[in-house]
Amino acid sequence: MAAFFGLFRRDLRLALRQGGDTGLVLAFFVLTVVLFPFGVGPEPEVLARVAPGILWVAALLAALLSLDRLFLPDYEDGGLDLVALSPLPLELAALAKCAAHWVATGLPLALISPALALVVDLEPRAIATLVASLLIGTPALSLIGGVAAALTLGARRQGVLLSLLVLPLYVPPLVFGASAVEAGALGMEPRVDLLLLSALTLAALPLCPWATAAALRQALE
Amino acid sequence: MSSSVTEPGYAAALSEAAAKLPDLVGEDLACRRGERIIFTGVSFRLPPGGALVLTGANGSGKSSLLRLVAGLLPAAAGQLSWGAAARAGEFATHHARLHYVGHQDALKPAMTPREMLAFWAALRGCPLPPAAPALAEALATFALDVVADWPCRWLSAGQRRRVALARLLAAPAALWLLDEPTTALDEASQARLEAAVARHRAAGGMVMVATHTPIALEGAMTLELDGFAPRFNLDPLFAG
Repeated sequence: MAAFFGLFRRDLRLALRQGGDTGLVLAFFVLTVVLFPFGVGPEPEVLARVAPGILWVAALLAALLSLDRLFLPDYEDGGLDLVALSPLPLELAALAKCAAHWVATGLPLALISPALALVVDLEPRAIATLVASLLIGTPALSLIGGVAAALTLGARRQGVLLSLLVLPLYVPPLVFGASAVEAGALGMEPRVDLLLLSALTLAALPLCPWATAAALRQALE
Repeated sequence: MSSSVTEPGYAAALSEAAAKLPDLVGEDLACRRGERIIFTGVSFRLPPGGALVLTGANGSGKSSLLRLVAGLLPAAAGQLSWGAAARAGEFATHHARLHYVGHQDALKPAMTPREMLAFWAALRGCPLPPAAPALAEALATFALDVVADWPCRWLSAGQRRRVALARLLAAPAALWLLDEPTTALDEASQARLEAAVARHRAAGGMVMVATHTPIALEGAMTLELDGFAPRFNLDPLFAG
């Protein structure tokens, strides 16, 4: 456990100290969302109709942006060897790194989303659902992204390959996340969508670290 | 030289771990990278307190053998064991017994040497507070006191190497696997490393070193890897 929290704390500390990662992700999220009123036009009805989708797609792309940094620095500087040689199982090491990635990206995204909801005229009553859906759904984005990040280690053009691998896998969280927010905006009960989103995250929690560790072992050989 | 700085704590901690250790035995080991066989039929026996120096030309498999012994590479043939007990299946026990210092220093530019050492110790399951004496001793042994709280991005190549080596002392492990440990080290630092290795062996620890430059290790065995490459390599057929 000391090793798990040691790795988690170090990754978090690096993310905070280098600052760039979290800041970049948030800036990307804000800018993408702000682009839509320019592209779609400022009519409140039109914006409000597409707001749930915009917010979720933008959050998803922002989370994707930082994924290539998840394992690559450790892979390049030899730190991954040391992680693999520690008594901590590689599955738990992968989980610790994904957890730190979520705290540094997914959590801040969920926290600033209410501000952006105003930019795209989301129904105010759906804001709580938006935050809840992002809090529930972004851990799945980090966990699924971890698998792709580990699989593409050592590949040329890692970033592009990573996006191609991971975007199709992001469709289920996107569908349930956006439809939860939409239900909230229409004044309906978003419970079912949120539950399905929780199920996705809970399924990813044991499965993804396991797949990530297998991919990391492959990369280390 | 600071040869007596770490004496009591380190020797006690290590001898506890090393007391019951059998010899490390490699039998008929072979290593394959892709379709190419790097070496076959490599055998060695490393008793507690022993040192094994790996020599050979570039590409003869020194680093591969160290990674294989560390368990980072699977052996294509042969087996590695502690005494009679096969290592296979007990990676966690095996890993807890060894330190591996490879070509890369694994330092994060934004962290200080002290933080890096504390993290590595925590990763091995023995968390150390930043003020722990074991950390200060490890840093002092490699004369890193001055730079201990600088971000690693300010360090020179030799200083980075010394931080990586200080990891050996921050959390004790019986078997040290050192891949070209003297790269970028100045004379005084190399002497510090040699003294640390001597102290480690005196306490019952083992060392495997791959090196091109002469390193003073008393009574070390030498394994010349040049003779173990297979005479026929089929790789032209496969590699096209």
